[in-house]
Amino acid sequence: MSLIDSISLPRSLRLPRVDGLIQWIVPLAIIAIWQVASVAGFVPTRVLPAPSDVALAGWKLLLSGELVRNIWVSFWRASIGFLIGGSIGFAFGLANGLSQLSAKLTDTTLQMVRNVPHLALIPLVILWFGIDESAKLFLVALGVFFPIYLNTLHGIRTVDPQLIEMGRIYGMTDGELFRRVIFPGALPSIFVGIRFALGIMWLTLIVAETIAASSGLGYMAMQAREFMLIDVVVLSILIYALLGKLADSASRVLERATLAWHPAFQKR
Amino acid sequence: MQTALRTSLPETELASRANFAPHARVVREERPAQTTGLPLSIRGLRKSFGDNEVLRGVDLHIPAGQFVAIVGKSGCGKSTLLRLIAGLDKIDAGSISFGQDFEPRDIQPEDIRVMFQEPRLLPWARVLANVEVGLGRDRASGDAHARAEKALTEVGLADKRDQWPSVLSGGQKQRVALGRALVSRPRVLAFDEPLGALDALTRISMQRLLERVWRDQGFTAILVTHDVSEAVALADRVLVIEEGRIAHDVVVNAGRPRQRGSAELAGLEGSILSHLLSADDRT
Ligand SMILES: Nc1ncnc2c1ncn2[C@@H]1O[C@H](COP(=O)(O)OP(=O)(O)OP(=O)(O)O)[C@@H](O)[C@H]1O
Ligand SMILES: [Mg+2]
Repeated sequence: MSLIDSISLPRSLRLPRVDGLIQWIVPLAIIAIWQVASVAGFVPTRVLPAPSDVALAGWKLLLSGELVRNIWVSFWRASIGFLIGGSIGFAFGLANGLSQLSAKLTDTTLQMVRNVPHLALIPLVILWFGIDESAKLFLVALGVFFPIYLNTLHGIRTVDPQLIEMGRIYGMTDGELFRRVIFPGALPSIFVGIRFALGIMWLTLIVAETIAASSGLGYMAMQAREFMLIDVVVLSILIYALLGKLADSASRVLERATLAWHPAFQKR
Repeated sequence: MQTALRTSLPETELASRANFAPHARVVREERPAQTTGLPLSIRGLRKSFGDNEVLRGVDLHIPAGQFVAIVGKSGCGKSTLLRLIAGLDKIDAGSISFGQDFEPRDIQPEDIRVMFQEPRLLPWARVLANVEVGLGRDRASGDAHARAEKALTEVGLADKRDQWPSVLSGGQKQRVALGRALVSRPRVLAFDEPLGALDALTRISMQRLLERVWRDQGFTAILVTHDVSEAVALADRVLVIEEGRIAHDVVVNAGRPRQRGSAELAGLEGSILSHLLSADDRT
């Protein structure tokens, strides 16, 4: 015991700090190699501008306020769409997981709709909403709906029936049973849904903004393409990557905070 | 009521309890009078699942505070009987009543508790919160924490109160489950192979713990087990279920604390085992 302690203690002290840096080594190395390759002329700037050029383009757009405005618009669309689609998906997941009647009524329909790739609806959505905000929100919400719906449903259905019986034996009311047994039991699965949904959220938004928008990161990239500003195109792509990473990190923090009981999230 | 029913216990049982009187009295004094064991009467109990007639008329009286073990071969309906007693399944025919002197409304859901082979702890609740679940409708009361802590102390896990269940050993989890079952001071405690998944040493220490809390609290204990030596080590009386009925009703007169592996217990164990095996040969 004492031996294990003496080994694991310093390591657990050291790990978080190193962990935070380690993950950035590879991206930074790639950027460094890329910079060297560009400066040395291995990569023509027409194909791929040097990272320094991309940074410069970013700086200019930042000064003009354009960058912040476009990021904000995209971020806003992503969050609102996620919130709408996520809450509807969660609500249906709860209803169908808890009520046989509700499941019989809606599950088959939802499963059928699920098999239509939501991006295939873009032409229809443009006809309905034009290139209005609601078009993007609709697409994001639709894309986010299914992973959250399916995983909430799955989470609730796979809660250990023995625990539910235990709750009933110990006199839990339906509300208590949900709050203390069913919902916490479904939470790990719900988080899987959230992580999936975040990926789909960015994907949908990029596509929607590239095809039908007059603001946002996707629009900025399309505009830049028309004017052959390849550094801005690359910049947009990098920002997407960062935002995606940010959303993922946020969901991980939330997961860690709420699933502290889970063996997978306890200190290893 | 306690004394009146006590007389129905075998004499050796009374004598052995007297040995522990000083200890037992201390605990009893701080307990409300209503938390002593309930007697149990079962008449003509039947239960089938489809065509499978599992219980075919069980008649049984268990005096208040008795420790009864139920043995029988796998699938004979031990768990079914226990679930009916605990009110988890519907009775097909017959009746189960808790004591003649009690109106059904005198019996609270908190008076009857079950413990299973799996601890069934909430993985997302700390140990103490898991024990609090056992308070039933009293969960919201002000002294819930204090009562849960007391129950945890009784099962020797006071220092684990803030742990997640996932870090506990199998035996510790089962002790938390026992604490949860005890915290409402039940009057009937039914066990369905609670020690079945534990290793031999942990089993023995858990058996001692069970015996101790039973003696301290005086509830009526019904223990389903497939381990005949466990049955004779713990119980006042061992029931053998065969073909949906109680085929043998064996009184264990050995005094307490019992000497594990004593000749007396070994003899009883042997005769119960031969009952079980002969039934097995017939089928
Ligand atoms: N919910 C159920 N539905 C259908 N059949 C059941 C159900 N529960 C029990 N049975 C059947 O009833 C019979 C008795 O089961 P029970 O679980 O009471 O046996 P047991 O004596 O506890 O066995 P073991 O020692 O293996 O635990 C078995 O044949 C089982 O298949
Ligand atoms: Mg069983």
